[in-house]
Amino acid sequence: MTHLSEEELILHYYGEQGNSLTAERHLEECEECRMLYGSLQRVLNVVDSLPVPERAADYGAAVWQRIASRLPARRWRWNLYGPWRWAAAAAAFASLLVVAFLAGRFYPPPQHQPAPLTAAVDPQAGERVLLVAVGDYLERSQMVLIELANANPKGTLDISSEQERAENLVSENRLYRQTAAHTGDGAVAGVLDELERALLDITHVPARISPEELERLRQRLESEGILFKVRVVGSNVRQQTEPAPTVRQRL
Amino acid sequence: MELTDAACVSKARAGDSDAFRVLVERHGRSLFRLAFRMTGNEQDAEDVVQESFLRAYRQLAKFDERASFGTWLYRIAANCSLDLMRARRRRSEHQAPAPEAGAPVEDPVLALPSGAPSPERLALSAEVRERVAEAMEDLSATERTAFVLRHFEGMCIEEVSRVLECQPGAAKHSVFRAVQKLRRALEPVVSAAQ
Repeated sequence: MTHLSEEELILHYYGEQGNSLTAERHLEECEECRMLYGSLQRVLNVVDSLPVPERAADYGAAVWQRIASRLPARRWRWNLYGPWRWAAAAAAFASLLVVAFLAGRFYPPPQHQPAPLTAAVDPQAGERVLLVAVGDYLERSQMVLIELANANPKGTLDISSEQERAENLVSENRLYRQTAAHTGDGAVAGVLDELERALLDITHVPARISPEELERLRQRLESEGILFKVRVVGSNVRQQTEPAPTVRQRL
Repeated sequence: MELTDAACVSKARAGDSDAFRVLVERHGRSLFRLAFRMTGNEQDAEDVVQESFLRAYRQLAKFDERASFGTWLYRIAANCSLDLMRARRRRSEHQAPAPEAGAPVEDPVLALPSGAPSPERLALSAEVRERVAEAMEDLSATERTAFVLRHFEGMCIEEVSRVLECQPGAAKHSVFRAVQKLRRALEPVVSAAQ
């Protein structure tokens, strides 16, 4: 008879063995393995007896008190001042980019080109600035989608603040989408187009939404896979805008 | 309505520190339990809890919303504990002299008379607790982490390997080695109690 190895007994104890039934049958038949397994169980039961000091129910609040002042300021401050300010700034910035693009496209070129400068302005700088703005925009859109996707109401849910944010995002979306289309970035323009429809869907449901209506809305958003697409484009945009890391950080 | 972890993370990422406070209040106690089992020391566990939340806050942007926030936080805490234990071990290697070979080791549990109390009473006795704590202390940092995550936190080998950032096979062997060492150290205690 082939006995169970110590490793097999350990796996069996933790329920991680592929063929648990075989081990169980063997233990029923083999006294030697049964004794070993019993000894293993007793040892691990004794380990369980190691006490852990209890912490009061408000322990988390006490931890918060200790760390709150040490938290670094977050980069995204728009929430502190209200989303509309950021939205207005982003919209103004996007408009400026569109105007600059169109002006560059239609303004007649000068007859005599000056000699090229060796230290010319980086032609990709404008594109990077736009990417940063689009990245932030996608991040904020993603937050609205995630909040609705994760809401778990027991009764009617008030989503008026999400709707307000979605409305602001819709007006920004058009500018970004048009700019992306003008610059020939069809993939980003396509996702922004789908995102706009999803945001409009959110603005068109009642502000106080029932769990059934919320579920229907969620299913519509899920069927279009918009959250996934926004994540992918957002991640691509971030990769293009972030400088290469110099220090490898764990976690 | 109570916000889910994912919703709190989204808000915290947007700069809402109150949302992060909810996460700290929600996960503080369980994180302390994990940290204590990892470090075996109350003060160290407190430090790990604080450091873990600070690290988590700094790294919120890297958190993937599809994952569980709790598991992610545990991973951070396990790594904080690992760092602390390794640093502590390095310090003690430099400072504490090794016990002389052949020197008698006081072992109150092994010295128990044969007519020892019942296993239940014995399991609760201070000597046994001390012996278990010593046995845990003798595990390497990786073995201890793997064991705590598998045994106390109920993570499967696959999850343990993600925390340890190693292959599942290596995580499995860390658990094996930990259990084998504990068994060798504690078997006499259990036998004496029978």
